[in-house]
Amino acid sequence: MAVKKLGNQSFLLSNPVTLAGFASVVGKKEGEGPLEFDYVSSDDTFGEKSWEKAESRMQRDALDRALAKAGCAEPELELIFAGDLINQCIASAFAVRGRNAPFLGLYGACSTMAEGLSLASLAIDGGFVDCAAAVSSSHFCSAERQYRFPLEYGGQRTPTAQWTVTGAGAAILKACGDGPRITKVCLGKIVDFGINDANNMGAAMAPAAHDTLKAFFADTDTKPADYDLILTGDLGNVGKQLLVDLFADEGTDLGARYDDCGSMIYDGARQDTHAGGSGCGCGSVVLCCHVLGGMRKRRWRRVLFAGTGALMSPVSTQQGESIPGICHLVCIEY
Amino acid sequence: MINQQNYKAFADTRAPKSPMVRNLICAFLIGGAICTVGQLILNLWKLAGLQDTDAAGATSASMIFLGALFTGLGLYDKLAKYAGAGTLVPITGFSNAIVSAALEYKSEGYVMGMSAKMFTIAGPVLVFGISFSVVYGLILILFGLGG
Repeated sequence: MAVKKLGNQSFLLSNPVTLAGFASVVGKKEGEGPLEFDYVSSDDTFGEKSWEKAESRMQRDALDRALAKAGCAEPELELIFAGDLINQCIASAFAVRGRNAPFLGLYGACSTMAEGLSLASLAIDGGFVDCAAAVSSSHFCSAERQYRFPLEYGGQRTPTAQWTVTGAGAAILKACGDGPRITKVCLGKIVDFGINDANNMGAAMAPAAHDTLKAFFADTDTKPADYDLILTGDLGNVGKQLLVDLFADEGTDLGARYDDCGSMIYDGARQDTHAGGSGCGCGSVVLCCHVLGGMRKRRWRRVLFAGTGALMSPVSTQQGESIPGICHLVCIEY
Repeated sequence: MINQQNYKAFADTRAPKSPMVRNLICAFLIGGAICTVGQLILNLWKLAGLQDTDAAGATSASMIFLGALFTGLGLYDKLAKYAGAGTLVPITGFSNAIVSAALEYKSEGYVMGMSAKMFTIAGPVLVFGISFSVVYGLILILFGLGG
């Protein structure tokens, strides 16, 4: 019998999993934004010859930094969950080349960090491993060329378009130790409300975030007011407002405790990022420095991190398909 | 009550709109400025002694060169951000579409990357441009409109 399952889609960890170390590595534009990170590169190539290599390099650096901060030696790492946006997840696969730990590549679009954290916590709480890593990244330049246009192409972005974050976040999860702890996990379903504009991913993902958060509140018999911070991954300014509207429509007020990593990472007025940040790196870099760091300083005690993903591809967009959204959630307490 | 059926319409009402008037004015002014530069170059070629038809060809080539140069310098996309169709419609926009793709896909090799993918954006312009030229030519021959 599934003794750890709560309600329909949530799981209660009987031994909360510790986020022992976490780090984020970002590009120049993110470094110029309002948040702080472990490492800001002045050069978006990170000294590499291609954008894909640059993204791999960020993942490698983020994982190295997270391991160091966790005081964890490389051989202790037993399992790596990593993902990115590049076709066939090459940034992740190439980033773990040379590491001596089993690797599972993930694709959850921008929900990948929450997916990795969920799977790593389930693996540790299940007693299969004691130490695992969750890593995710995105790079503005590798995403632009794959999903949109060449960098130097002269085009206009719509006001609802989001800016792909150049950054990688990594977290080391352990069975015991001091640090913020993942206590519950809620895995999301595909939710598609018919949005087919790839320049409005916030609108496509907001119903998925609503669905998972609502399921989590029902499964755990809690309400938004029970948490200090509710954070979605990359709904951006448009999707964030839509999520607030979706909850308000049912009479639930998310209040000031709700924010979105895509809305937080840039200063929209100054940095011209339109609807805010997006990408696998968006939620992970904000979580792995600003949020978890803030929890360590006791700024927040109970946090819900809900990674949101838009599971379309350039092919599905050109074929006129609507965008399936997904959202996975982890509850972090300290 | 928001549901799966009415969500799309609801989301549309929440999406910020493009500043149409500002975009149109910018496109008109910057596109016009590019055309004025073209006219200036045309006059210069004529002053240099070229016949009208030769001067027109030389002007197109000059504008394509300038479009490619500004793309390579990383300036064309910055201008296009404000100009929109003002930089897309002139021949400099066609140049930008090809050169930006060539620069982008160079990392995949000169043959299968740069050369093969150079026309990923400009390709449709060539397909439709050439197709309609053929149709126009056929009409001209069949109905003898050429006089």
